[in-house]
Amino acid sequence: MPGRAKSRVNDFVIRLANVNGTGSASANGLLMKVIFRMGIPVMGKNFFPSNIQGLPTWYEIRVTKDSNLARSGEIDIMVAMNAETYQQDLKSLSPGGVLIYDSTWPRNSVLTRQDVTILGVPLAKICNERFSDARTRILMKNMAYLGTLAALLDLDRQVIKNLVEETFSSKQALIQANIEAIDLGASYAQEHFKCPLPTRVKSLDKTAGHIMIDGNTAAGLGCVYAGATVGAWYPITPSTSLMDSFKSFSERFRVDPKTGERNYCVVQAEDELAAIGIVLGASWNGARAFTPTSGPGISLMSEFIGFAYFAELPAVLFDVQRVGPSTGMPTRTQQGDILIAAYASHGDTRHVLLFPANPKECFELAVKAFDLADRLQTPVIVMLDLDIGMNDWMSEALEWNEDYRPDRGKVLGAKELEETESFYRYLDLDGDGIPYRTYPGASAKGAYFVRGSGHNKYGGYTEDEDEYQEVVDRLKRKWDTAVKLVPEPVIKMRKSAKLGIVSVGSCDYAVLEAMDRLARKGIHLNYLRVKAFPFGDKVAKFLNQHERIFVVEQNRDAQLKSLLLLETDYSKARMESILSYSGVPIDCRCIIEAIEGHVAKEVAA
Amino acid sequence: MTSITKPQIIHEGMARNALGLTIRDYEGRMSTLCAGCGHDSVTSAIVQSFFELSVPPHSVAKLSGIGCSSKTPAYFLSAAHGFNAVHGRMPSIATGANAANRELSLIGISGDGDSLSIGLGQFAHAVRRNLNMLYIIENNGVYGLTKGQFSASADVGTKAKKGEVNEQQPIDPVQMAMALGGTFVARSFSGDKEQLIPLIKAGIRHNGFALIDVLSPCVTFNDHEDSTKSYAYTRQFFHPAMHADFVPPAEEIKTAYDEGEVMTIELHDGSRILLRKISKDYSLNNRGAAIDYIRSHHRKGEIVTGLLYIDESEPDMHAINQTTKTPLNDLPFDKLCPGGEALETLQQRFR
Repeated sequence: MPGRAKSRVNDFVIRLANVNGTGSASANGLLMKVIFRMGIPVMGKNFFPSNIQGLPTWYEIRVTKDSNLARSGEIDIMVAMNAETYQQDLKSLSPGGVLIYDSTWPRNSVLTRQDVTILGVPLAKICNERFSDARTRILMKNMAYLGTLAALLDLDRQVIKNLVEETFSSKQALIQANIEAIDLGASYAQEHFKCPLPTRVKSLDKTAGHIMIDGNTAAGLGCVYAGATVGAWYPITPSTSLMDSFKSFSERFRVDPKTGERNYCVVQAEDELAAIGIVLGASWNGARAFTPTSGPGISLMSEFIGFAYFAELPAVLFDVQRVGPSTGMPTRTQQGDILIAAYASHGDTRHVLLFPANPKECFELAVKAFDLADRLQTPVIVMLDLDIGMNDWMSEALEWNEDYRPDRGKVLGAKELEETESFYRYLDLDGDGIPYRTYPGASAKGAYFVRGSGHNKYGGYTEDEDEYQEVVDRLKRKWDTAVKLVPEPVIKMRKSAKLGIVSVGSCDYAVLEAMDRLARKGIHLNYLRVKAFPFGDKVAKFLNQHERIFVVEQNRDAQLKSLLLLETDYSKARMESILSYSGVPIDCRCIIEAIEGHVAKEVAA
Repeated sequence: MTSITKPQIIHEGMARNALGLTIRDYEGRMSTLCAGCGHDSVTSAIVQSFFELSVPPHSVAKLSGIGCSSKTPAYFLSAAHGFNAVHGRMPSIATGANAANRELSLIGISGDGDSLSIGLGQFAHAVRRNLNMLYIIENNGVYGLTKGQFSASADVGTKAKKGEVNEQQPIDPVQMAMALGGTFVARSFSGDKEQLIPLIKAGIRHNGFALIDVLSPCVTFNDHEDSTKSYAYTRQFFHPAMHADFVPPAEEIKTAYDEGEVMTIELHDGSRILLRKISKDYSLNNRGAAIDYIRSHHRKGEIVTGLLYIDESEPDMHAINQTTKTPLNDLPFDKLCPGGEALETLQQRFR
């Protein structure tokens, strides 16, 4: 065997290059889950095309004993199942790495490298000999390479067997075929190669208390737990699986087993303009309502988002961000909607944003979003991205506080209205900028007109300058109240550090890994991860405690940095951007490089 | 929407309905539309209809979009909640409102600008969903608030006040609703309350999407010669095909009809619609024939009116969704939240 294989137990990256629509996703998911069940922390990222069948797709699994759950940028093992991308896949393998390919067909000898190990397994051939049906042959090829990896990486075969049995528990016939295919791939490897490789896994106990879940599933579940009853949406990648999650959990928990009646209503709207309208119509009537969407949807919804801000209606939106501008790259990740979400719609508008960094926070912040929307009577946008939303993450298990009761905010019911002398919709009776609302149908005394046109504090139509200004000034006061209610940032402090990193959402693990590696080189930094907009005092204080701030985010135009500069008084000259916006989830290398570069410059100066 | 406060004067001898309310309880603020606007007649027909049906005003929600017609919800049912949505988007608000509270009676007022141009998609999908609401289009062929541009319902050859001629085909909401599977499709004229009031009542009680396209002339921008939406033109070419009488539940049918002349349709709440053919060759409950009939008369310049199609048996949005009978906004939290133990169990599949 050529190459210089390093021993990398529980610390390496496998990339699987497949053709989409061939069933590889389930084999790759299974592989990751096996490693997870062996107690080894693991990360999975799916790079898939905006297409149903026939185009290249990659799955990247990082086996990481130290729980570095971002991409490392290295590729140690490549499973090259796609002839079309073979050249590219071989090229992207890190020196010393191992490439496994289907040797059923001859491989051009030009396409080789001296610094890697190349292992050929006749996967198609062994599957074709064993299975007769064409579709089965294609599917079992995936399980066969899983078997080869099982032998090469020393995966626990019993764990694999259990998982296969669980996965196909409703299709007994498939269990046997899958296990056979795995055995075929494993046997071939054992007979032809030295197994296991120096790069391999070894059982640990570091995944207890954790689950493997994607953010959209967790957020959809959060909507169920928050008591949302109306969901409206227009299908858009990468947010679709959030509504799928809400629907499937609602089918499980919210259907009367006797009558089949549903305690929820999901409306697939004609477009995003209608989806947000349905949410507003429902929340006007006191139902907790939400819509999952992505950047193009936010653009379309902006008119109604401004309406909801001005007319003061609660609404919960999930923006699972993808690569823009325009249609962009629907199946790639980015944090490119921060600014449009913060100020969506014409006129003076600003909206509460929540930024989960992992699936657990997706669940928690989904619930929080409904409370904030009801309390503040305004839209709240939960900012996921494709990476958090659609990739399976190793996440702390979800927890539920049984004492939780929804905060429905200031609502006057029929009884309270009876006791009050008069009701006016937009009076600031408590000095916090938040007025009282009523639901239609409750009582004639609570009747008022919801309108996006100019209105006075009594809810009446107005074109009077003072009356108008009084209302928008109060809305500003309500924003000041929002600052006190939104989740605080996550801060990691080392007293001596003069450099600070500010980041957001799915950058979190890459930042943590970068900080760790920099610390080993003697460069110490403090870290703040914003969890909400408005930012609040803690963010301003953190900024001001540092000589220099690096803002790490995944878009070209430094949107978080812009927002920080707009909304705090920190000096622009002292704030520096570290950006990653190719559509692939960020890895720590760009952060380390930028900060090392800065430190070197300082030393030189 | 602008309005003027209206003093409420109740005379002692005023008629009271089953709830003990007078017609004043169904009125709204004073209209600021132009004197003679067809919309004000529609407003008064709505007031009359709700009063006579003895609907508790607060059990209704009134919705609209943007435009002259969309101002009118301020002029009726002041005890009802109102929602003045953005332009063309009222149907989505109504969808959400109905999703959250299926017991609320919804009336939407729109115009030909609001429903047939910017809001055409939302209008079409509300029909398709068979959303349980009464949807009135006050149709005058013209944009009033922006001063006289043609709307999408303007007929070919119509002249604008300033002389411009429309050469684009009109969009007819009645034919559209018919083609889209609408379950209650009617057309009327703001100047004919005898026809309009029973239609509004039936539309309120219909279980599903009830469309009434009301020709409602614009006195300021589209009431001149060479307009096919003027008072004079509508009166002359108004062609009633089916007359509908509305009979509330438990009320006797008093009018005597010749046998075979009247068809009775029972609505979900026990009310009945008595349908009488005015035009002998009109066939009810045949969408294709209805569209042909409307088109052939339109070619002659005639406007076919009346309750042109009704089907009470189609499921509405909630029936399709199998939603619980309890309004969703009334479900207690413990019925909605599965709780900690369920969360623990379901996470097994993620381990």
